[in-house]
Amino acid sequence: MAQVRVEGLTKTYGGARALDAVSLSFPDGGFFGLLGPSGSGKTTLLRAIAGFVVPDAGRVFIGDAPVENVPVEAREIGMVFQNYALFPNMTVAQNVAFGLEVRKVAAAERARRVAEALELVQLGPFGARKTNELSGGQRQRVAMARAIVTRPRVLLLDEPLSALDKALRVDMQIELKRIQREVGITTIFVTHDQEEALTLSDRIGILKDGRLVRHGPPREVYDDPRDAFTARFLGEANLISGVPEAGGLRLPDGGLIAGARTATVAVRPENLRISLCEPQGPVRLRARLRQRIFAGAMGTCVLDWRGEALKAVGRDRDFADLPGEGEVWLTWDADDTIALEG
Amino acid sequence: MSGNLARKDRTRAALLLAPAYLWLTLAVFLPLSAMAFFSFLSDVPFGDRDWHVTLDNYRAVFESGTYATLLWKSLKLGMTVTALSVLIGFPCAFVLAKVIRGRAREAMFLLVILPFWSNSLVRIFSWAIVLRGNGVLSGLIDAILPWDVRINLMFSPTAIVIGLVHSYLPYVILTSYLALQAIDDSLIEAARSLGARRRTILLRLILPLAAPGIIAGAVLIFVPVVGSFMEPRLLGGRLGTYYGTVIEDQFVAVFNWPLGAALSFVLLAVILTILALASPALRRSQR
Repeated sequence: MAQVRVEGLTKTYGGARALDAVSLSFPDGGFFGLLGPSGSGKTTLLRAIAGFVVPDAGRVFIGDAPVENVPVEAREIGMVFQNYALFPNMTVAQNVAFGLEVRKVAAAERARRVAEALELVQLGPFGARKTNELSGGQRQRVAMARAIVTRPRVLLLDEPLSALDKALRVDMQIELKRIQREVGITTIFVTHDQEEALTLSDRIGILKDGRLVRHGPPREVYDDPRDAFTARFLGEANLISGVPEAGGLRLPDGGLIAGARTATVAVRPENLRISLCEPQGPVRLRARLRQRIFAGAMGTCVLDWRGEALKAVGRDRDFADLPGEGEVWLTWDADDTIALEG
Repeated sequence: MSGNLARKDRTRAALLLAPAYLWLTLAVFLPLSAMAFFSFLSDVPFGDRDWHVTLDNYRAVFESGTYATLLWKSLKLGMTVTALSVLIGFPCAFVLAKVIRGRAREAMFLLVILPFWSNSLVRIFSWAIVLRGNGVLSGLIDAILPWDVRINLMFSPTAIVIGLVHSYLPYVILTSYLALQAIDDSLIEAARSLGARRRTILLRLILPLAAPGIIAGAVLIFVPVVGSFMEPRLLGGRLGTYYGTVIEDQFVAVFNWPLGAALSFVLLAVILTILALASPALRRSQR
């Protein structure tokens, strides 16, 4: 267990900046989610911490020691790969034992720790199985057991759940969180799935074009995304732009969003309310309802406001009175207005 | 219903397999059976020659110690060439598959395949020019070393081994390359993340996973090397009498096809026995 820190990490691949002066601290024992679209540099950052990527500039610390000159095999890390990378010529138990064998742990101790790790991932009776006899979820667990059995200082997960189908993924998220809590290893994981990042992480970091856009606890970042990219990438957001003036944000159609001080504000789809008669609240917009989409318990309304597509999400029965399409009023609580910079 | 479908599938499979089996019958089974037949005759059944069925050819092979000695000599040659080819070929394949990338890899590949594209006689005679006394090799070493060295490798077992390794190395490189290429890089990365150093990764991961390819290459070249006759004859000279050259003599020089055929089938039987004895061990190593 250790704190991990990167300072001014920069990596260029033939002109393209995969990492651009990224500085970030990963708290000891925490579960940190690195989130970003593909090509944002999140995997490069993870691989730089692991030691597979040698940065052009910047420093990496595990614990308090700089590790730029420490090769991967001496960094005392545990890593779970996207394809799990289980050794096909070994059984489940041999896979898990590999790291201990390399460290020359005595056979009895090794067997005890392998059994313990397999128990932790609920694969106790599977030790003698071959890896190709396992399902996707089981392979994931073996990869996890193999990575933590050596008691690494940091656990790195590279899109660990992306190869699983949705139902299994949700189960494994809960499982992953439980395992991480039990072993308490500082964990850094990469994902492009924002829901996964929100579910698992104590803290998240959002990357875009190799730059760290925002980081902090998930709720804080979700409630106050600060910029349009984060607002749209983490959850969904309706962006509304106008001209700021003394009382609020003056919209092109003459309406005023009271209290807003920035040129662009965001409203989460779940906070938008739709009504047929003019609402009394201070914030209201006239928009056109384009489509109502039924998706089980929840429904989505697609709206058009002066050529901009807006989205409202709610329980389907909240939208029951609405017509299939037509002119409607939109409103939301003033507290739900999110100010965005830039 | 399902039985009907199964029958349809079987018919289709038989139709699709037919050309392959027809070809194998024509190209392998018929000539081999003809040879098997010849090996039991007293003389070739051509023209007005007198011939009858006999076991004399096999008796001659087993009664004379010369053939056994030559067979053992050829098997030793096969083992030496195979071992050297694997020792040289596997590292080459490793560099090609896991170290070099892009255009450099293509260029290296071309160099590996080049011996395939040159005529085997031309290849062997080029080695003769290199290896003979006052030849290219001798001249080169003379130019580098200050004292007088005379090297003449021509007409020696070393020359035969050099020629054979050069001819058959590409097979080992190609089969090993394919096996190594199939090993995902993330496996090596995973092993490194677990603290394994190069030696451990090579011994515990790469060699076991590439073993099927290495073994396939070794078996592929062992068989023709044991029966080889061109390299021993041209590069071995007076010392170049091997089992393969004796068989060739029976067909080409002495015109004793029945004895040549009997010798060939004894060789085939010996090699099949060796492979059968080795197969449990080979299968174990592939697990």
